[in-house]
Amino acid sequence: MEEIKTGVYICHCGLNIAGTVNVEEVARYAGTLPNVVVARDYRYMCSDPGQALIKDDIKNLGLNRVVVASCSPRMHEPTFRRACQDAGLNPYLFEHANIREHCSWVHDDRQIATEKAKDLVRAAVRRVFYNEPLEIKERPLNPNVLVVGGGIAGIQAALDIANGEHRVYLVEKEPAIGGHMAQLDRTFPTLDCSECILTPKMTEVGQHPFITLLAYSEVEEVAGSVGNFKVRVKKKARYVDEEKCTGCGVCEEKCPWKVDSEYEVGMGKRGVVYVPFAQAIPHVATIDKERCVYFLKGKCRACEKFCDAKAIDFEQKDEIVELEVGSIILTTGYDVFDSRRIPQYGYGRYDNVLTGLEFERMTCAAGPTGGKVLLKDGRQPESVAIIHCVGSRDENYHEYCSRVCCMYALKYAHLIKENTQAEVYQMYIDMRCFGEGFEEFYRRVCDEGVNFIRGKVAKVTDVALTEGEQGKLAVIAEDTLLGGIIRVPVDMVILCPALEARFGAEDVAKLFTINRRADGFFMERHVKLDPVATATEGVYIAGCCEGPKDIPDTVAQASAAAAKALSVISRGRVVIEPTTAQVNEVLCQACGRCEEICDFHAPKVISKDGLRVSSVDAALCKGCGACAVVCPTGAMSVRHSTREQINGMVEALLEV
Amino acid sequence: MDVLSPYKEATDVILEAGGEPLKLCYQCGLCTGICPWNLVRSFLVRRIMHAAQLGAIDFGSEDIWTCVTCRACVQRCPRGVEIIDVMRALRRAVASMGIGVVPDALRISAKNIAGVGNPLGEAPEKRNDWAKDLKVKNFASGTEILYFPCCVPSYDPDVKTIARSTATIFNKLKIDYGLIGTEAKCCGESIRKAGHEDTFQSLAQNNINLFTSNGVKTVVVSSPHCYHTFKNEYPELGSKFEVIHTTQYLASLIEQGKLKLSKEINKKVIYSDPCYLGRHNSVYDEPRKVLQSIPGLELIEFPDAREEGLCCGGGGGRIWMDTPKGERFSDIRVEQAVAKGADIIALACPYCFLNYRDSVLSMGKAETMQVKDIAELVAEAI
Repeated sequence: MEEIKTGVYICHCGLNIAGTVNVEEVARYAGTLPNVVVARDYRYMCSDPGQALIKDDIKNLGLNRVVVASCSPRMHEPTFRRACQDAGLNPYLFEHANIREHCSWVHDDRQIATEKAKDLVRAAVRRVFYNEPLEIKERPLNPNVLVVGGGIAGIQAALDIANGEHRVYLVEKEPAIGGHMAQLDRTFPTLDCSECILTPKMTEVGQHPFITLLAYSEVEEVAGSVGNFKVRVKKKARYVDEEKCTGCGVCEEKCPWKVDSEYEVGMGKRGVVYVPFAQAIPHVATIDKERCVYFLKGKCRACEKFCDAKAIDFEQKDEIVELEVGSIILTTGYDVFDSRRIPQYGYGRYDNVLTGLEFERMTCAAGPTGGKVLLKDGRQPESVAIIHCVGSRDENYHEYCSRVCCMYALKYAHLIKENTQAEVYQMYIDMRCFGEGFEEFYRRVCDEGVNFIRGKVAKVTDVALTEGEQGKLAVIAEDTLLGGIIRVPVDMVILCPALEARFGAEDVAKLFTINRRADGFFMERHVKLDPVATATEGVYIAGCCEGPKDIPDTVAQASAAAAKALSVISRGRVVIEPTTAQVNEVLCQACGRCEEICDFHAPKVISKDGLRVSSVDAALCKGCGACAVVCPTGAMSVRHSTREQINGMVEALLEV
Repeated sequence: MDVLSPYKEATDVILEAGGEPLKLCYQCGLCTGICPWNLVRSFLVRRIMHAAQLGAIDFGSEDIWTCVTCRACVQRCPRGVEIIDVMRALRRAVASMGIGVVPDALRISAKNIAGVGNPLGEAPEKRNDWAKDLKVKNFASGTEILYFPCCVPSYDPDVKTIARSTATIFNKLKIDYGLIGTEAKCCGESIRKAGHEDTFQSLAQNNINLFTSNGVKTVVVSSPHCYHTFKNEYPELGSKFEVIHTTQYLASLIEQGKLKLSKEINKKVIYSDPCYLGRHNSVYDEPRKVLQSIPGLELIEFPDAREEGLCCGGGGGRIWMDTPKGERFSDIRVEQAVAKGADIIALACPYCFLNYRDSVLSMGKAETMQVKDIAELVAEAI
């Protein structure tokens, strides 16, 4: 066996480490350890000169093992592995000891921290002794992309990729794409009509030769890994033949049953067979099976009788579509906080307490009131209060700021001023107007004569204390700037509810093996430096499924996620991490426990030369080690986390 | 012109006295908007928080002593600020450091509690006199339940009915219970909220030692204030016994079929949630269950019930202080009860009992509106 020659490098990280750990002492100590031929300390090991130290020592001293004791491997393990590789050393013969996050940052006592750093270095030196060179392999990838969720984020991502002439499958669970943006009236701060800017993009999706739109569909199963995902999609039966339906709307007209329209957030009705809205893409009808009288009672079929295109098909079945894609973009959007959870605000109890989305529909020219701001009894309001932070910035509901409410609240004030003579009161805690043109819009709305009252609303009540409150809703808060209770009598109250993680986000996260933050939204790989990637290679996120954001930010993120997917495609091949499980076929008893425990379906018991043994699909294996733990005979191990390597570290740590 | 400047030393005093939570306040004013004081007069909770943050607080102000610790603000505070802890810290700073004046009424009660173990200043050996003719045994090791009625029903002639009704019910059901000796002292809940931490510590230690040495495992209490401190504060000081409020105990007896209510009470009864049973300890259903088990009784609700229930005004040591006419929350409650057509206001707290009784009398409603503890109603219906 060749002689092991280890080089150890202790990083000061400026004062991040050197401020608490005596790095010179650790380096001196490292030099005394078995198989260590050189030990140095240096101010910034990740810098070019720092890396040059390693490279030069490999060349001049014939090092065949390298240990760097510095920060978390998350950031710089790849840096040092590359340095080793550049000098001709297999990158897996490098070992990283974390003496910053695990030591200097969490300790105050210099002496104890220094001792701990020595322990960590000793463990890494022992481990690297057992490290083995591993080969990095590559394989071809599938250039298709799956986009899940057809709101503005999904539409943008799909178009960016399809315009590069790569196949996109866009899956939307609702009958039509458009998402929440399709429900909005005008968009802040420019006040351009949401529909007018969204519809062309929706149409483009519908007609794009490189986009396969799977509306009214849901992803059921995902297997594989970056470059080679296999996805099962359920295309739900619409009971309407999409090929034949012209979207003429006669069926909906003739349907004798009317129910609340989801698109109009309950402020308008739709047929049980319906096209969700005028510009819907795909522009075809869908039968709401849960509420269709024919499905419930076996009689009716009025729609069928009147359909000239003969598109109604009560026999239609759900269909399973199998897709193969190389990367996945999740754009599954958000839900609106249920304002009933704060009963003090009277939503659901008082007629004229509305949510933001309801008000959006109201001011929309094509909406249920034809664009007029009206009270339930048809009058125009003389006064309106807009309550900010309903369920946002509130530990009882959602601690985070929903980021869009201040601005759309200003937009509402403007629209009310434009449409009515009403006094408008903004009931806010802090005005957060940070985007392009936002502050200017705030100024404009102030200039329009809107009242701003700083205080979180305690209660909305119809119990009048004065004549002025008779027949009105009193909005009660402390005006924190005046320092006194204020009661504002108004005709209409508009709530600005929080944006929250979608119902079922947990299941979606599980399906695509990504993480969620404590607030329920999908978690990015790095909050600052990798905001659209996830813990799973090849799965990206964009838009409000990642957290509340406005349309410009959503579109920017969608394009970023598309760029990530395009960069995978343009590379044309994927690297297979060699740190996967391996089977010692002599020891394997083919008991199958590895197969049972694995979340990624990597190990399978197969017949090989007439013998049954476990075999690991390296493309699926994430190297988590669960199989190695359950294996009763020790046949299963994970490369780069072998028993020798782990036990070596533990033994080294236990030596004093 | 007065120019304010931050006074860090004052902030430090408040933080040290337990006011840490105030650092989280982001000045939205929801607390002020919810605080019941603002139904009758201005009391700017938010401003006190901000003044405390900057050390710009006036320790001589009566605001220090105003909070009734009803928890309505804490329950909804968007930053989860334990506002009551901050108010208590301000009071501790005054009481222990002498940087302000403790109101007279409070000082007298505090002196009584520290001296004779009850706020009324009554003789300790008379603590169990209310039960003289009821044949209640003294608690001895092995007795199942200790009944602890609270100082007010033990001494106040008008409130004794709460303790006597409870004992009557227990006697009829042959429950194995007893009273602890006259060495028992006030639970200390309110005097602690009023800033007298040392007094509380000594009361608690006295009671814990007494209960422990007597082998007490389960205590039934009539006062939500005793309930709160026994349940949530005493364990930190080493107590191990279980505590049950009478309404909870009665509800469980009804559920088990041990307590059967047969006599009709054909009245409209409105129940007022005590803050320390409701918001502080989330006990809302049991008192209602007990009332609904009384035949003929029609239970109605205040406009603001349960989590929204209006305080009687007696928490946080306010029970010992005078609240001027026109500022009494219980007066508002009595008016609401009248408007709702109630015959009886049902209560589950001796402090509520005192305040509502005073309100009914001072408002001249004693003829038409009765004030009764749930135990009294049950004793009548048994």
